[in-house]
This record gives sequence, structure tokens and C-alpha cells, in this order.
Amino acid sequence: MSDTPVDFDAPQNNAGAAARPPRATDPLAAINASPAVGDGGADMVQLLTPEGQRVPNATYDPIIGALTDDELRGFYRDLVLIRRVDTEATALQRQGELGIWASLLGQEAAQVGAGRALRPQDYAFPSYREHGVAWCRGVDPMNLLGLFRGVNHGGWDPHEKNFHLYTIVIGAQALHATGYAMAIQRDGDVGTDDPDRDAAVISFFGDGATSQGDVNEALVFAGVNHAPVVFFCQNNQWAISVPNEKQIPSPLYQRSSGFGFPGVRVDGNDILAVYAVSKTALDHARSGQGPTFIEAFTYRMGAHTTSDDPTKYRVSAEVEVWKHRDPIERFKAWLVREGIANRTFFDQVEAEADELAASVRKRCLAMEDPEPTAMFDHVYVEEHPLIEAEREQLRTYLASFEGSH
Amino acid sequence: MTATTSSTARQTMTIARGINSGLRAAMEKDPKVLLMGEDIGKLGGVFRVTEGLQKDFGEDRVIDTPLAEAGIVGTAIGMALRGYRPVIEIQFDGFVYPAFDHIVSQVAKMRARSLGAVTLPLVIRIPVGGGIGAVEHHSESNEAYFTHTAGLRVVCCANAEDAYWMIQQAIETDDPVIFYEPKRRYWDKGEVDTSAPQRGLYESRIVKEGSDLTLLAYGPMVKTCLQAAQVAEEEGRSLEVIDLRSLSPLDLPALIGSTQRTGRVVIVHEAPTFGGLGGEIAARLTESCFYHLEAPIMRVGGYNVPYPPSRLEEDFLPDLDRVLDTVDKSLSY
Repeated sequence: MSDTPVDFDAPQNNAGAAARPPRATDPLAAINASPAVGDGGADMVQLLTPEGQRVPNATYDPIIGALTDDELRGFYRDLVLIRRVDTEATALQRQGELGIWASLLGQEAAQVGAGRALRPQDYAFPSYREHGVAWCRGVDPMNLLGLFRGVNHGGWDPHEKNFHLYTIVIGAQALHATGYAMAIQRDGDVGTDDPDRDAAVISFFGDGATSQGDVNEALVFAGVNHAPVVFFCQNNQWAISVPNEKQIPSPLYQRSSGFGFPGVRVDGNDILAVYAVSKTALDHARSGQGPTFIEAFTYRMGAHTTSDDPTKYRVSAEVEVWKHRDPIERFKAWLVREGIANRTFFDQVEAEADELAASVRKRCLAMEDPEPTAMFDHVYVEEHPLIEAEREQLRTYLASFEGSH
Repeated sequence: MTATTSSTARQTMTIARGINSGLRAAMEKDPKVLLMGEDIGKLGGVFRVTEGLQKDFGEDRVIDTPLAEAGIVGTAIGMALRGYRPVIEIQFDGFVYPAFDHIVSQVAKMRARSLGAVTLPLVIRIPVGGGIGAVEHHSESNEAYFTHTAGLRVVCCANAEDAYWMIQQAIETDDPVIFYEPKRRYWDKGEVDTSAPQRGLYESRIVKEGSDLTLLAYGPMVKTCLQAAQVAEEEGRSLEVIDLRSLSPLDLPALIGSTQRTGRVVIVHEAPTFGGLGGEIAARLTESCFYHLEAPIMRVGGYNVPYPPSRLEEDFLPDLDRVLDTVDKSLSY
């Protein structure tokens, strides 16, 4: 125990819970006082400024230095393609082809940076907005669209790409991830120094989820078990309409210290920083050194979902501030400055994105509704008399309309 | 099999010991089976059902978890996703609610969500029911929440032999199973044939044959109903007693058969009657056996109030006299 008396009046480094801003009539004053335009503070790991200037960092520079130009161009391609899929999905929702869509706009770097730090044997547990991680794991975007179109509740085989089904109940997946990590420990697939064997788990959730008991219980279970799991929180500043200041009593990246493991805040709009921090945390987990909490400081540029109306609770000037921190623009500026990519490459990626979007649209429109009796198909593994009886009941009922008008 | 082997395969044990031995057998058979719960290690659980298992199978397979039910079921889901078969102990019925979301929204629905790609072979053991003079939250019968949830199977043992075999069958099932244990009967002894199970997990059992009326019960009420049938017999009435064993799915063909034979049915459970399993059984039997019925199907259950303080529980719980009272009503039609 420290002998230093606690100074309750000391200023807290707390971008997530700034003092309540004074009521201001001047809109600009309100923006400046708003916690949602905070830049993450001095503790935030940033390797690329919003202008695309490289910030030296002794800890993480070797990780970035080890990336090939091909890999770096691949990052850019991921960012652009997944944004294009996202834009197309939003359009498809507006045209009535999807019931709803949860846009990842603005969070591409957080997701691709973390997604590309994973190895094939690692396992990712997403919420419902991790389209960028799904992309990195090789999950066909049509699987995601199927869920939002309402033809299934997900329906992909999570074991195929080690990418779990989308979890819509907020924060529940943090516990599933922790349990999966505990199973990895029991399989002995941690700390063997075999890079193809040692595995880690990553759990994605948002700032709102950190209020859930499930997430806090997951931190307890992970902490006491020293489980190989990385908690990746995308703090996009808004839990639907509720800002950080009403949700988060102390900075998120500091929270893990209460659970006995390290936490780090990273610039979620800086793909290099996210990649380096995620890779470090995953290596740490795979080598048997336990969990890490990552707070990716980012911003939800769009609505919570297509059903949401953010003009009711946040001002457009705040969005403008974050536009200048766009994850793709800053990375592109750096690639150009470093001579890693040129116009031909960017044009190719654009063309590929257009092609992908057209294919997503075409395949979405071609997606057929399942047969009504499909709802009975996968409820149980073993035969269940009630299911069999009701399947037959519906089949007979539907058949009774055949031939009638 | 020789006579010697079959005689050594018959042992007398309590229901608690039956589950303990069943768990041990399942763990010996399949290294992927592991136990999770509060105080289940050195202590052996508050009812000692897991006594000695951590000592023999180690802390990695008999896991003393942090005190958080959602955390237990949530992490068990993750373990099951990687091929383990977790058997969870919920300490008391009233403490399952913090885990309710994971059971109902995740465990029950994961297979349908994945179109059959993912199975979660979890068993969630819950000591159930009252009659032990406990404080609040320790005496509830909450089976209807789970029988109402598609994707779960719900079973309840009532004797030592079923305790021994049903827990093993539940663990072998690839579907998630809620496994209820009648806590006030934990120390009731019975004979167990450990050579082979006598019936499948979802089959009901005629405990006593009869011709005038069918008593349907499960868990702690099976014994009560059997006693009622014995008393009724002295008065010249022949009651059939059926132990449901499986609450979801129901063994409806057997229940329909008995209803058609006797024409009268009384369903007995500790749970409050409104919205309870008895109502569902009554509706289904009425739909199937309307012209065989001599009297409305009746229920004896807990009253529709929060479980009362223990000094009042004898008035709340169905007992011999309340069962016989309802039997009289049914027979008066």
C-alpha cells in the first residue's frame, strides 16, 4: 500500500469523463467543452497524426518497421474495401433490401488494425459492428448482410474462420471470449513458443458495453485465470445517444488495473498504432502473460444504426472535428509521403471497391427467403417431438392453401 | 453377464451420491467433461454433490469459479465452443437469474443462430425446490422459465438411480440441458443398477400402476404422490403415479396413454400453478384425450405468491393431504 494520502482534488486524466460542461449559448463553446471531441490525451498511443505525420515511438516502431510495403498497401485496401461494403449496405437498407444496418464508418482503422494483428489460430468474438474484423478473417460480407436482411441470425460457421457469430446482447461475448481463452489454456496452446500453436482470443465491444456486468465479470474471470484474451474496446464516444461522460466514470484504459492486468489507450483512427498495440497485446497473451485491455479511441461517424437519428443528440460540428481525423485519409497521406503507394495503386483499389460493391448489391438482391419450415431445422441436435410435430403442423397448414387463390 | 457381476452392479446410495458417482463416471469416460461452479472444489459444493472430484480430477477440470453466475455460464459457453463439455453447478435455484440472459439468449439460441454449425453441450445443474427451511431465494421452482425456452432440454431426477444415470445421459447429450435436482430429497437412499441405464433421458416412468386416476409429478413431488397413492389404496382407490423425468420435451405419448386408461389426471408440482408446467400439460392432454376425460384435469402446486418465509412453507408446498384433497375432487365428477 502506498503511504501517499489520496488527493481527491487532484485533476484526473479523464478524457472519457470530463467535468460537466458549462451551459453555453455559443455553439462553438459547447463543442469545445464537449468530451466527444477530446483527442485522447497524452497517454494515447499514436503513430500517425491526423495529418499523416509519423510519430516516433521506441516501443512500437520495430513492429511497424517489420511490415512490408505489400502488407501496408494491404491495410489500405482493407480500409477502403470495407468502407465501400459498409456504404453499399447502408444504401441497401435505405432501399428496403436490409431491415437495418449498423455502420462502421469511422472505425475502419480500429477494426482492420486489430483484425490484421490476428493469426489464423486466434479467435475473434465480435459485437455486431465488426464488419472490418470479419473482412480480415475472410468472412464473406454476404453473411453479415444476411443477418441484417433477416434471412438468418448470422448463420456462418464460426469455426471456419475463427470468427464468432455477431452477438447483439451488449457485452455478452466478452465472457464467451474469456471462456474460449480458458479452454485454450486447458489445451496447452499457450506459452509453447510455437508461433503456429500458441493462440489468443480477442473480444470486441463498445464503450457502452463497459457498463455491463458481463464485461466486468469477463475482466474478473480473465484476470484470475490469467487467460490469453485481449479486450478490445472501441470507444466511439457514443452508446446510441448516451455520451462517454454519462457512461464512463474513469478512463477506460485505466480500468483493467483494478482487475490486475494492463490497459492501453490507442488512437483508434490510426491503423499503425492499432496494429502495433494489438499485436503486442496478442503476443503477450499467446506467450502466457495474460490479458490486456485496449481502448481504441475513435468515433462513430454515422448513426448507431440506420434506425437512429444522431441529429437529436449531437451537434454536426462535433462530427466535423472528427472528419479531420479520418482513418483512411491520414494513412493514405503517409503512404504517399513514404512513397509506398502511388496513384495507380489507389485507382486500382477504387476500381476493386466499386466492383465489390456491385457484387455485394447483386448478391444481396439475389438472396432468397428461407422456406418457412426452416425455422425448425436447427433448434436441437437430437430429435425433439414438439419440434417435429410443429414442423408438420406448419407444413400441413401451408399445404392447405395450395391451389387456392 | 454373470449373476455375480450384476449383483455387484447394484448399490444403495443417496441421490446426492448418485449424482456424484454419475459425474465421476462421465469425467472418467470423457476428458472434455469439466465442472464449473461456486465452492465445488475443496468444499465439494454446498450440498457436497461434487465431493472428492477436484482431488481426483484436478483444479483444471473441477473449477472453483469467481462468484458470478453470468460469468460461469458465459465462460462455459466459450469453453463449449472449443470442444469442452462443461457441467455447471448453480448453488441454489434462486441464484440462476443472474445467468438467465446467457442461458436464454445464448445457450438456447446458439445452434439456431449458427444454422446448426455450433452446438453447446452444456449441462446446468440446479438444486430445486423447498422444504428445507431455508432463507429467501433458496427454495424456488423455476422450471417453467426454461421449459418455455426453445433450444433447451429440461430434466429432473427423483431417485438415486435416475440421479446416477440421467446426469450421465445429460452430459452425453449434444444439446444444452437444464438438470434439476430435488434438494430436499438429496439424502433419500435408493438402489442403483450401475451396469446400464434402464431408460432414455426423455422417457417418463410409471412409478406405480393404477386405474382410477393418474398423478403426474416430477422431482420432489414424486415421493409425495407415491405416498398419496399408498394412502388412497388403503381407501380402495387405485392411483397411477408417473414421474415425468423430462420436462422438455414431454413424454406425451406415455402421458396420453395413462390419461386414456384412467380418465382422470392430477398434476402436482411445487412451482406456482399460474403459467406453470402443469397448465401446459393439462392443455395438451385435453387436446389429445378430450373424450376420455371423466373430470377436468386439475393441478396441485405452490400458490401464486413469492416463495413464503420458511415458517409458512408447509402451507405453500403441496403435501399428501392437498394431493388427496384434489384427488377426491377429481373423483367426485
